[in-house]
Amino acid sequence: MRGTMKKTIITVVGHDTVGIIAKVCTYLAENNINILDISQTIVQEYFNMMMIVDRSASEKHFADVAEELEELGKEIGVVIKCQREEIFAQMHRI
Amino acid sequence: MINLYEVAETNKMVEQENLDVRTITLGISLLDCVDANLECCLAKIYRKITKSAKDLVKTGEDIAREFGVPVINKRISVTPIALVGGAACKNAEDFARIAETLDRAAHAVGVNFIGGYSATVSKGMTAADELLIRSIPLALSKTERVCSSVNVGSTRCGIDMDAVKLMGQIVKETAIATKDAGSIGCAKLVIFCNAPDDNPFMAGAFHGVTEGDLVINVGVSGPGVVKTAIEKVRGESFEVLCETIKKTAFKVTRVGQLVAKEASRRLGVPFGIVDLSLAPTPAVGDSVAEILCEIGLERVGAPGTTAALALLNDQVKKGGVMASSYVGGLSGAFIPVSEDQGMIDAVNAGALTLEKLEAMTCVCSVGLDMIAIPGDTSAAAISGIIADEMAIGMVNQKTTAVRLIPVIGKGVGDTVEFGGLLGYAPVIPVNAFGCEAFINRGGRIPAPIHSFKN
Repeated sequence: MRGTMKKTIITVVGHDTVGIIAKVCTYLAENNINILDISQTIVQEYFNMMMIVDRSASEKHFADVAEELEELGKEIGVVIKCQREEIFAQMHRI
Repeated sequence: MINLYEVAETNKMVEQENLDVRTITLGISLLDCVDANLECCLAKIYRKITKSAKDLVKTGEDIAREFGVPVINKRISVTPIALVGGAACKNAEDFARIAETLDRAAHAVGVNFIGGYSATVSKGMTAADELLIRSIPLALSKTERVCSSVNVGSTRCGIDMDAVKLMGQIVKETAIATKDAGSIGCAKLVIFCNAPDDNPFMAGAFHGVTEGDLVINVGVSGPGVVKTAIEKVRGESFEVLCETIKKTAFKVTRVGQLVAKEASRRLGVPFGIVDLSLAPTPAVGDSVAEILCEIGLERVGAPGTTAALALLNDQVKKGGVMASSYVGGLSGAFIPVSEDQGMIDAVNAGALTLEKLEAMTCVCSVGLDMIAIPGDTSAAAISGIIADEMAIGMVNQKTTAVRLIPVIGKGVGDTVEFGGLLGYAPVIPVNAFGCEAFINRGGRIPAPIHSFKN
Protein backbone atom coordinates (compact mmCIF):
# COMPACT_ATOMS: atom_id res chain seq x y z
CA MET A 1 0.00 0.00 0.00
CA ARG A 2 2.76 2.36 1.05
CA GLY A 3 4.53 1.99 -2.27
CA THR A 4 1.54 3.18 -4.26
CA MET A 5 1.02 6.35 -2.23
CA LYS A 6 2.19 9.63 -3.67
CA LYS A 7 2.74 11.54 -0.48
CA THR A 8 2.98 15.28 -0.81
CA ILE A 9 3.51 17.95 1.82
CA ILE A 10 1.48 21.13 1.52
CA THR A 11 2.53 24.10 3.63
CA VAL A 12 0.47 27.22 4.09
CA VAL A 13 2.03 30.28 5.69
CA GLY A 14 0.62 33.80 6.00
CA HIS A 15 -1.64 36.21 7.88
CA ASP A 16 -4.50 34.44 9.62
CA THR A 17 -7.93 34.94 8.07
CA VAL A 18 -11.30 33.21 7.94
CA GLY A 19 -11.60 30.11 5.77
CA ILE A 20 -8.00 29.26 4.84
CA ILE A 21 -8.34 25.59 5.71
CA ALA A 22 -11.80 25.40 4.13
CA LYS A 23 -10.59 26.74 0.80
CA VAL A 24 -7.52 24.51 0.64
CA CYS A 25 -9.54 21.45 1.66
CA THR A 26 -12.22 22.21 -0.92
CA TYR A 27 -9.59 22.37 -3.65
CA LEU A 28 -8.10 19.06 -2.51
CA ALA A 29 -11.51 17.38 -2.37
CA GLU A 30 -12.40 18.61 -5.85
CA ASN A 31 -9.21 17.09 -7.18
CA ASN A 32 -9.55 13.79 -5.37
CA ILE A 33 -6.53 14.37 -3.15
CA ASN A 34 -6.78 12.61 0.21
CA ILE A 35 -5.63 14.34 3.41
CA LEU A 36 -3.64 12.03 5.70
CA ASP A 37 -2.61 14.49 8.40
CA ILE A 38 -2.99 18.15 9.29
CA SER A 39 -1.08 20.16 11.86
CA GLN A 40 -1.53 23.85 12.36
CA THR A 41 -0.42 26.60 14.70
CA ILE A 42 -0.68 30.36 14.95
CA VAL A 43 2.65 32.04 15.73
CA GLN A 44 2.37 35.80 16.38
CA GLU A 45 -0.81 36.03 14.30
CA TYR A 46 0.89 34.11 11.52
CA PHE A 47 -0.99 31.12 10.23
CA ASN A 48 1.24 28.08 9.82
CA MET A 49 -0.19 24.83 8.47
CA MET A 50 1.22 21.60 7.16
CA MET A 51 -0.78 18.90 5.46
CA ILE A 52 0.35 15.46 4.41
CA VAL A 53 -1.75 14.38 1.43
CA ASP A 54 -1.90 11.42 -0.91
CA ARG A 55 -2.22 12.25 -4.61
CA SER A 56 -2.42 8.68 -5.93
CA ALA A 57 -6.16 8.91 -6.74
CA SER A 58 -5.83 12.29 -8.44
CA GLU A 59 -5.44 12.53 -12.17
CA LYS A 60 -3.70 15.88 -12.07
CA HIS A 61 0.04 16.22 -12.58
CA PHE A 62 2.15 17.40 -9.68
CA ALA A 63 3.15 20.59 -11.46
CA ASP A 64 -0.49 21.55 -12.10
CA VAL A 65 -1.53 20.93 -8.49
CA ALA A 66 1.44 22.97 -7.25
CA GLU A 67 0.63 25.82 -9.61
CA GLU A 68 -3.10 25.90 -8.83
CA LEU A 69 -2.48 25.82 -5.09
CA GLU A 70 0.02 28.65 -5.49
CA GLU A 71 -2.69 30.65 -7.29
CA LEU A 72 -5.24 29.81 -4.61
CA GLY A 73 -2.76 31.04 -2.01
CA LYS A 74 -2.48 34.37 -3.81
CA GLU A 75 -6.28 34.73 -3.75
CA ILE A 76 -6.41 34.08 0.00
CA GLY A 77 -3.31 36.14 0.71
CA VAL A 78 -1.08 33.31 1.97
CA VAL A 79 1.86 31.36 0.55
CA ILE A 80 1.06 27.76 -0.36
CA LYS A 81 3.87 25.39 -1.20
CA CYS A 82 3.58 21.89 -2.50
CA GLN A 83 6.54 19.52 -2.17
CA ARG A 84 7.09 15.80 -2.44
CA GLU A 85 7.50 14.14 0.93
CA GLU A 86 10.90 12.58 0.15
CA ILE A 87 12.79 15.83 0.60
CA PHE A 88 11.77 15.97 4.28
CA ALA A 89 12.05 12.25 4.93
CA GLN A 90 15.58 12.21 3.47
CA MET A 91 16.75 15.14 5.51
CA HIS A 92 15.24 14.23 8.87
CA ARG A 93 15.30 10.40 8.91
CA ILE A 94 18.32 8.14 8.74
CA MET B 1 5.51 10.71 10.06
CA ILE B 2 7.12 14.05 9.18
CA ASN B 3 6.10 16.82 11.56
CA LEU B 4 5.49 20.54 11.19
CA TYR B 5 8.76 21.45 12.87
CA GLU B 6 10.83 19.39 10.42
CA VAL B 7 9.02 20.76 7.40
CA ALA B 8 9.51 24.31 8.66
CA GLU B 9 13.22 23.70 9.27
CA THR B 10 13.80 22.39 5.74
CA ASN B 11 11.87 25.21 4.11
CA LYS B 12 13.64 27.83 6.24
CA MET B 13 16.98 26.45 5.00
CA VAL B 14 15.84 26.95 1.40
CA GLU B 15 14.02 30.25 1.78
CA GLN B 16 16.26 32.10 4.21
CA GLU B 17 19.62 30.33 4.31
CA ASN B 18 20.31 29.73 0.62
CA LEU B 19 20.25 25.94 0.71
CA ASP B 20 20.40 24.74 -2.85
CA VAL B 21 21.67 22.08 -5.15
CA ARG B 22 24.45 23.98 -6.81
CA THR B 23 24.78 21.80 -9.85
CA ILE B 24 23.60 18.66 -11.58
CA THR B 25 26.46 17.82 -13.88
CA LEU B 26 26.09 15.25 -16.62
CA GLY B 27 29.39 13.60 -17.44
CA ILE B 28 29.64 12.52 -21.07
CA SER B 29 32.42 10.37 -22.50
CA LEU B 30 33.53 11.62 -25.91
CA LEU B 31 36.02 8.82 -26.47
CA ASP B 32 33.70 7.34 -29.12
CA CYS B 33 33.86 10.64 -31.05
CA VAL B 34 37.54 10.28 -31.91
CA ASP B 35 38.09 10.58 -35.65
CA ALA B 36 41.06 11.43 -37.84
CA ASN B 37 38.86 13.80 -39.83
CA LEU B 38 38.19 17.02 -37.91
CA GLU B 39 34.78 17.69 -39.47
CA CYS B 40 33.60 14.18 -38.61
CA CYS B 41 34.97 14.53 -35.09
CA LEU B 42 33.13 17.85 -34.57
CA ALA B 43 29.87 16.41 -35.89
CA LYS B 44 30.13 13.37 -33.61
CA ILE B 45 30.86 15.54 -30.55
CA TYR B 46 27.90 17.84 -31.23
CA ARG B 47 25.58 14.93 -31.82
CA LYS B 48 26.64 12.99 -28.73
CA ILE B 49 26.31 15.98 -26.38
CA THR B 50 22.99 17.27 -27.70
CA LYS B 51 21.52 13.76 -27.70
CA SER B 52 22.76 12.79 -24.22
CA ALA B 53 21.85 16.08 -22.55
CA LYS B 54 18.62 16.96 -24.32
CA ASP B 55 16.48 16.44 -21.17
CA LEU B 56 19.03 17.60 -18.60
CA VAL B 57 17.80 21.15 -18.03
CA LYS B 58 14.12 20.24 -17.97
CA THR B 59 14.76 17.36 -15.56
CA GLY B 60 16.66 19.69 -13.23
CA GLU B 61 13.80 22.18 -13.30
CA ASP B 62 11.17 19.49 -12.69
CA ILE B 63 13.05 18.12 -9.70
CA ALA B 64 13.50 21.62 -8.27
CA ARG B 65 9.79 22.27 -8.54
CA GLU B 66 8.65 18.97 -7.05
CA PHE B 67 10.98 18.96 -4.06
CA GLY B 68 10.94 22.70 -3.54
CA VAL B 69 14.74 22.95 -3.59
CA PRO B 70 16.42 25.19 -6.16
CA VAL B 71 18.73 23.45 -8.61
CA ILE B 72 20.89 26.39 -9.60
CA ASN B 73 22.99 25.04 -12.44
CA LYS B 74 22.69 22.30 -14.98
CA ARG B 75 26.07 21.54 -16.52
CA ILE B 76 28.05 19.12 -18.63
CA SER B 77 31.52 17.69 -18.28
CA VAL B 78 33.25 15.85 -21.11
CA THR B 79 36.32 13.68 -21.66
CA PRO B 80 39.54 15.76 -21.68
CA ILE B 81 39.55 17.17 -25.19
CA ALA B 82 43.29 16.56 -25.65
CA LEU B 83 42.40 12.85 -25.83
CA VAL B 84 39.40 13.35 -28.10
CA GLY B 85 40.95 15.77 -30.56
CA GLY B 86 44.47 14.38 -30.73
CA ALA B 87 43.88 12.41 -33.92
CA ALA B 88 42.11 15.21 -35.80
CA CYS B 89 43.79 18.43 -34.67
CA LYS B 90 46.96 19.49 -36.40
CA ASN B 91 47.28 22.92 -34.79
CA ALA B 92 45.88 25.14 -32.05
CA GLU B 93 43.19 26.54 -34.37
CA ASP B 94 41.85 23.02 -34.95
CA PHE B 95 41.52 22.48 -31.21
CA ALA B 96 39.78 25.83 -30.81
CA ARG B 97 37.18 24.64 -33.29
CA ILE B 98 36.33 21.81 -30.89
CA ALA B 99 35.88 24.44 -28.18
CA GLU B 100 33.46 26.31 -30.44
CA THR B 101 31.55 23.07 -31.06
CA LEU B 102 31.30 22.47 -27.30
CA ASP B 103 30.03 26.02 -26.87
CA ARG B 104 27.37 25.54 -29.55
CA ALA B 105 26.27 22.24 -27.98
CA ALA B 106 26.06 23.91 -24.54
CA HIS B 107 23.84 26.65 -25.97
CA ALA B 108 21.69 24.10 -27.77
CA VAL B 109 20.86 22.12 -24.63
CA GLY B 110 20.71 25.19 -22.39
CA VAL B 111 23.50 24.47 -19.90
CA ASN B 112 25.48 27.45 -18.60
CA PHE B 113 28.90 25.79 -18.53
CA ILE B 114 30.58 22.84 -20.22
CA GLY B 115 33.84 21.59 -18.73
CA GLY B 116 36.52 19.36 -20.15
CA TYR B 117 38.57 21.49 -22.50
CA SER B 118 41.35 19.80 -20.64
CA ALA B 119 44.60 17.91 -20.63
CA THR B 120 46.05 15.68 -17.92
CA VAL B 121 49.81 16.02 -18.06
CA SER B 122 51.10 15.24 -14.57
CA LYS B 123 54.13 13.39 -15.93
CA GLY B 124 54.54 14.74 -19.41
CA MET B 125 52.77 16.27 -22.39
CA THR B 126 51.94 14.50 -25.63
CA ALA B 127 51.97 16.59 -28.81
CA ALA B 128 48.17 16.78 -28.59
CA ASP B 129 48.28 17.84 -24.93
CA GLU B 130 50.66 20.65 -25.73
CA LEU B 131 48.63 21.78 -28.74
CA LEU B 132 45.47 21.88 -26.65
CA ILE B 133 47.19 23.84 -23.90
CA ARG B 134 48.55 26.33 -26.41
CA SER B 135 45.05 26.74 -27.87
CA ILE B 136 43.45 27.65 -24.51
CA PRO B 137 43.75 31.47 -24.86
CA LEU B 138 42.16 31.33 -28.31
CA ALA B 139 39.49 28.81 -27.23
CA LEU B 140 38.45 30.75 -24.13
CA SER B 141 38.34 34.06 -25.97
CA LYS B 142 36.14 32.64 -28.74
CA THR B 143 33.66 30.84 -26.50
CA GLU B 144 31.33 31.81 -23.69
CA ARG B 145 30.48 28.63 -21.79
CA VAL B 146 33.53 26.41 -22.24
CA CYS B 147 35.69 25.74 -19.18
CA SER B 148 39.25 24.52 -19.31
CA SER B 149 41.50 22.71 -16.87
CA VAL B 150 44.99 21.25 -16.95
CA ASN B 151 46.26 18.71 -14.42
CA VAL B 152 50.00 19.29 -14.09
CA GLY B 153 50.86 17.15 -11.08
CA SER B 154 49.92 14.28 -8.82
CA THR B 155 51.16 12.55 -5.70
CA ARG B 156 51.92 9.47 -7.82
CA CYS B 157 53.75 11.21 -10.66
CA GLY B 158 55.23 14.40 -9.26
CA ILE B 159 54.93 17.77 -10.97
CA ASP B 160 55.50 18.41 -14.66
CA MET B 161 57.42 21.66 -14.37
CA ASP B 162 57.51 22.15 -18.15
CA ALA B 163 53.71 22.25 -18.04
CA VAL B 164 53.80 24.57 -15.02
CA LYS B 165 56.06 26.95 -16.92
CA LEU B 166 53.81 26.80 -19.97
CA MET B 167 50.66 27.36 -17.88
CA GLY B 168 52.11 30.57 -16.42
CA GLN B 169 52.35 31.88 -19.99
CA ILE B 170 48.92 30.51 -20.94
CA VAL B 171 47.22 32.18 -17.98
CA LYS B 172 48.85 35.44 -19.00
CA GLU B 173 47.91 35.03 -22.67
CA THR B 174 44.33 34.14 -21.73
CA ALA B 175 44.14 37.28 -19.61
CA ILE B 176 45.33 39.36 -22.57
CA ALA B 177 43.00 37.61 -25.03
CA THR B 178 39.98 38.45 -22.83
CA LYS B 179 41.20 41.78 -21.47
CA ASP B 180 38.13 43.65 -22.69
CA ALA B 181 35.97 41.60 -20.31
CA GLY B 182 38.11 41.92 -17.16
CA SER B 183 40.35 39.02 -18.29
CA ILE B 184 37.40 36.73 -17.59
CA GLY B 185 38.90 33.89 -19.63
CA CYS B 186 41.12 33.13 -16.64
CA ALA B 187 38.04 32.58 -14.46
CA LYS B 188 37.31 29.58 -16.69
CA LEU B 189 40.81 28.08 -16.48
CA VAL B 190 41.96 25.88 -13.61
CA ILE B 191 45.38 24.30 -13.05
CA PHE B 192 45.20 21.17 -10.89
CA CYS B 193 47.26 18.75 -8.89
CA ASN B 194 45.49 15.41 -8.17
CA ALA B 195 42.42 16.43 -10.18
CA PRO B 196 39.42 14.18 -9.48
CA ASP B 197 37.72 12.43 -12.42
CA ASP B 198 34.22 13.08 -11.11
CA ASN B 199 34.15 16.72 -10.02
CA PRO B 200 30.80 18.35 -10.83
CA PHE B 201 31.94 21.90 -10.06
CA MET B 202 33.16 24.35 -12.68
CA ALA B 203 35.52 25.50 -13.94
CA GLY B 204 37.48 22.34 -13.14
CA ALA B 205 34.97 19.67 -14.13
CA PHE B 206 35.92 17.05 -16.69
CA HIS B 207 34.72 13.51 -17.32
CA GLY B 208 37.74 11.37 -16.50
CA VAL B 209 38.77 8.28 -18.44
CA THR B 210 37.99 6.14 -15.39
CA GLU B 211 34.29 6.98 -15.81
CA GLY B 212 31.59 5.18 -17.79
CA ASP B 213 29.83 6.49 -20.88
CA LEU B 214 27.43 8.80 -19.00
CA VAL B 215 27.18 9.71 -15.33
CA ILE B 216 25.25 12.09 -13.08
CA ASN B 217 27.27 13.92 -10.43
CA VAL B 218 25.69 16.42 -8.08
CA GLY B 219 27.21 19.25 -6.07
CA VAL B 220 25.34 20.56 -3.04
CA SER B 221 25.95 23.72 -1.14
CA GLY B 222 24.81 25.38 2.02
CA PRO B 223 27.22 27.80 3.69
CA GLY B 224 24.25 29.83 4.95
CA VAL B 225 22.69 26.78 6.56
CA VAL B 226 25.91 25.95 8.41
CA LYS B 227 26.35 29.54 9.53
CA THR B 228 22.80 29.78 10.91
CA ALA B 229 23.21 26.45 12.72
CA ILE B 230 26.42 27.46 14.46
CA GLU B 231 25.05 30.87 15.45
CA LYS B 232 23.01 28.91 17.95
CA VAL B 233 26.10 27.44 19.64
CA ARG B 234 28.10 30.65 19.98
CA GLY B 235 30.56 30.39 22.89
CA GLU B 236 30.18 26.62 23.21
CA SER B 237 33.14 24.20 23.12
CA PHE B 238 34.72 22.76 19.97
CA GLU B 239 32.94 19.48 20.61
CA VAL B 240 29.54 21.16 20.41
CA LEU B 241 30.61 23.24 17.42
CA CYS B 242 31.87 20.20 15.49
CA GLU B 243 28.76 18.15 16.23
CA THR B 244 26.58 21.00 14.98
CA ILE B 245 28.49 21.36 11.70
CA LYS B 246 28.44 17.61 11.18
CA LYS B 247 24.68 17.30 11.66
CA THR B 248 24.04 20.23 9.35
CA ALA B 249 26.35 18.85 6.66
CA PHE B 250 24.47 15.57 6.89
CA LYS B 251 21.14 17.25 6.20
CA VAL B 252 22.50 19.31 3.32
CA THR B 253 24.13 16.29 1.70
CA ARG B 254 20.96 14.20 2.01
CA VAL B 255 19.25 16.70 -0.26
CA GLY B 256 22.05 16.23 -2.80
CA GLN B 257 21.77 12.46 -2.58
CA LEU B 258 18.00 12.60 -3.16
CA VAL B 259 18.33 14.94 -6.13
CA ALA B 260 21.18 12.92 -7.62
CA LYS B 261 19.25 9.65 -7.40
CA GLU B 262 16.13 11.25 -8.82
CA ALA B 263 18.00 12.88 -11.72
CA SER B 264 19.75 9.60 -12.41
CA ARG B 265 16.44 7.71 -12.50
CA ARG B 266 14.64 10.21 -14.71
CA LEU B 267 17.48 10.58 -17.20
CA GLY B 268 18.29 6.87 -17.22
CA VAL B 269 21.92 7.70 -16.48
CA PRO B 270 23.92 6.03 -13.68
CA PHE B 271 24.42 8.01 -10.46
CA GLY B 272 28.10 8.82 -9.89
CA ILE B 273 28.78 10.83 -6.78
CA VAL B 274 27.60 13.63 -4.55
CA ASP B 275 30.19 16.33 -4.03
CA LEU B 276 29.53 17.57 -0.52
CA SER B 277 31.03 20.98 -0.79
CA LEU B 278 30.38 24.30 0.87
CA ALA B 279 30.41 26.46 -2.23
CA PRO B 280 29.79 30.14 -1.56
CA THR B 281 28.21 32.71 -3.87
CA PRO B 282 28.39 36.50 -3.72
CA ALA B 283 24.86 36.54 -2.25
CA VAL B 284 24.49 37.81 1.31
CA GLY B 285 24.48 34.91 3.77
CA ASP B 286 26.00 32.43 1.32
CA SER B 287 29.57 32.80 2.49
CA VAL B 288 32.20 30.39 3.82
CA ALA B 289 34.08 33.38 5.25
CA GLU B 290 31.08 34.22 7.41
CA ILE B 291 31.16 30.69 8.85
CA LEU B 292 34.82 31.17 9.79
CA CYS B 293 33.92 34.47 11.45
CA GLU B 294 31.07 32.80 13.31
CA ILE B 295 33.53 30.15 14.52
CA GLY B 296 35.36 33.02 16.20
CA LEU B 297 37.53 35.05 13.82
CA GLU B 298 37.22 38.81 13.52
CA ARG B 299 38.08 38.49 9.83
CA VAL B 300 39.23 35.66 7.58
CA GLY B 301 43.01 35.87 7.53
CA ALA B 302 43.34 36.51 11.26
CA PRO B 303 45.55 34.12 13.26
CA GLY B 304 43.55 30.92 13.75
CA THR B 305 42.04 31.02 10.26
CA THR B 306 43.79 27.87 9.02
CA ALA B 307 42.77 25.89 12.09
CA ALA B 308 39.16 27.06 11.85
CA LEU B 309 39.04 26.12 8.17
CA ALA B 310 40.62 22.71 8.85
CA LEU B 311 37.95 22.02 11.44
CA LEU B 312 35.15 23.15 9.15
CA ASN B 313 36.39 21.13 6.19
CA ASP B 314 36.75 17.97 8.25
CA GLN B 315 33.34 18.20 9.89
CA VAL B 316 31.64 18.85 6.55
CA LYS B 317 33.19 15.64 5.25
CA LYS B 318 32.35 13.62 8.35
CA GLY B 319 28.73 14.70 8.28
CA GLY B 320 28.38 14.35 4.54
CA VAL B 321 29.96 10.95 4.07
CA MET B 322 27.19 9.11 5.88
CA ALA B 323 24.49 11.01 4.04
CA SER B 324 25.46 9.75 0.60
CA SER B 325 26.17 6.29 -0.78
CA TYR B 326 28.95 7.65 -3.01
CA VAL B 327 30.95 10.75 -2.19
CA GLY B 328 33.52 12.19 -4.54
CA GLY B 329 34.63 15.23 -6.48
CA LEU B 330 36.23 17.97 -4.43
CA SER B 331 34.10 17.64 -1.28
CA GLY B 332 34.96 20.26 1.30
CA ALA B 333 34.91 23.99 1.84
CA PHE B 334 35.68 26.18 -1.17
CA ILE B 335 37.49 29.44 -0.52
CA PRO B 336 37.18 31.48 -3.71
CA VAL B 337 37.78 35.17 -3.19
CA SER B 338 35.56 36.82 -5.79
CA GLU B 339 32.61 34.50 -5.18
CA ASP B 340 32.39 35.10 -1.44
CA GLN B 341 31.45 38.49 0.01
CA GLY B 342 33.15 37.73 3.33
CA MET B 343 36.43 36.95 1.56
CA ILE B 344 36.20 40.14 -0.49
CA ASP B 345 35.59 42.15 2.68
CA ALA B 346 38.58 40.49 4.35
CA VAL B 347 40.85 41.42 1.43
CA ASN B 348 39.56 45.00 1.43
CA ALA B 349 40.12 45.26 5.18
CA GLY B 350 43.74 44.15 4.74
CA ALA B 351 43.18 40.96 6.73
CA LEU B 352 43.69 38.45 3.94
CA THR B 353 46.75 38.08 1.73
CA LEU B 354 47.80 35.69 -1.03
CA GLU B 355 50.23 34.03 1.39
CA LYS B 356 47.52 33.37 3.98
CA LEU B 357 45.24 32.04 1.25
CA GLU B 358 48.01 29.63 0.27
CA ALA B 359 48.25 28.38 3.84
CA MET B 360 44.48 27.91 3.92
CA THR B 361 44.61 25.75 0.79
CA CYS B 362 46.56 23.12 2.75
CA VAL B 363 43.38 22.31 4.66
CA CYS B 364 40.51 23.31 2.38
CA SER B 365 39.02 21.28 -0.44
CA VAL B 366 40.70 22.95 -3.39
CA GLY B 367 43.08 25.85 -3.75
CA LEU B 368 43.85 29.41 -4.76
CA ASP B 369 40.54 30.24 -6.33
CA MET B 370 39.22 33.28 -8.18
CA ILE B 371 41.97 35.58 -7.01
CA ALA B 372 42.58 38.76 -9.01
CA ILE B 373 46.24 39.76 -9.23
CA PRO B 374 47.89 42.73 -10.98
CA GLY B 375 47.85 42.52 -14.78
CA ASP B 376 51.59 43.14 -14.98
CA THR B 377 52.45 40.02 -12.93
CA SER B 378 55.04 38.07 -14.93
CA ALA B 379 54.32 34.63 -16.42
CA ALA B 380 57.19 33.25 -14.32
CA ALA B 381 55.64 34.58 -11.11
CA ILE B 382 52.32 32.95 -12.03
CA SER B 383 54.18 29.69 -12.72
CA GLY B 384 55.87 30.03 -9.33
CA ILE B 385 52.50 30.41 -7.57
CA ILE B 386 51.18 27.40 -9.51
CA ALA B 387 54.25 25.34 -8.54
CA ASP B 388 53.79 26.19 -4.85
CA GLU B 389 50.16 25.15 -4.92
CA MET B 390 50.89 21.95 -6.85
CA ALA B 391 53.58 21.05 -4.28
CA ILE B 392 51.03 21.41 -1.47
CA GLY B 393 48.68 19.02 -3.28
CA MET B 394 51.41 16.55 -4.21
CA VAL B 395 52.90 16.28 -0.73
CA ASN B 396 49.60 16.27 1.13
CA GLN B 397 47.91 13.81 -1.25
CA LYS B 398 45.01 16.17 -1.84
CA THR B 399 43.51 18.04 -4.74
CA THR B 400 44.82 21.55 -5.12
CA ALA B 401 44.08 24.04 -7.85
CA VAL B 402 44.96 27.51 -9.06
CA ARG B 403 42.51 29.89 -10.69
CA LEU B 404 44.26 33.24 -10.84
CA ILE B 405 43.14 36.22 -12.86
CA PRO B 406 45.90 38.64 -13.83
CA VAL B 407 43.61 41.54 -14.68
CA ILE B 408 45.16 43.36 -17.63
CA GLY B 409 45.31 47.10 -17.06
CA LYS B 410 44.58 46.88 -13.35
CA GLY B 411 46.79 47.01 -10.28
CA VAL B 412 46.63 46.60 -6.52
CA GLY B 413 43.66 48.48 -5.07
CA ASP B 414 41.55 48.24 -8.25
CA THR B 415 38.45 46.05 -8.43
CA VAL B 416 37.35 43.78 -11.26
CA GLU B 417 33.75 42.81 -11.93
CA PHE B 418 32.94 39.40 -13.45
CA GLY B 419 29.20 39.37 -12.87
CA GLY B 420 26.78 36.65 -11.80
CA LEU B 421 28.08 33.71 -9.78
CA LEU B 422 31.67 34.73 -10.51
CA GLY B 423 31.26 37.93 -8.48
CA TYR B 424 33.86 40.67 -8.21
CA ALA B 425 37.31 40.89 -6.70
CA PRO B 426 39.80 43.41 -5.40
CA VAL B 427 43.23 43.01 -7.04
CA ILE B 428 45.70 41.76 -4.43
CA PRO B 429 49.50 42.08 -4.42
CA VAL B 430 51.91 39.32 -5.46
CA ASN B 431 55.36 38.98 -3.88
CA ALA B 432 57.60 40.99 -6.21
CA PHE B 433 60.77 38.90 -5.93
CA GLY B 434 61.67 36.75 -8.95
CA CYS B 435 61.69 32.97 -9.52
CA GLU B 436 62.68 32.83 -13.23
CA ALA B 437 65.77 30.68 -12.66
CA PHE B 438 63.66 28.12 -10.78
CA ILE B 439 60.90 28.00 -13.39
CA ASN B 440 63.35 27.87 -16.31
CA ARG B 441 65.16 24.72 -15.13
CA GLY B 442 62.86 22.42 -17.15
CA GLY B 443 61.83 18.82 -16.53
CA ARG B 444 59.80 17.59 -13.60
CA ILE B 445 59.79 17.41 -9.83
CA PRO B 446 59.90 13.74 -8.77
CA ALA B 447 57.03 12.16 -6.87
CA PRO B 448 57.42 12.40 -3.09
CA ILE B 449 58.75 9.45 -1.08
CA HIS B 450 55.38 8.64 0.48
CA SER B 451 53.88 7.99 -2.96
CA PHE B 452 55.63 4.60 -3.01
CA LYS B 453 53.07 2.64 -1.05
CA ASN B 454 53.25 -0.62 -2.98
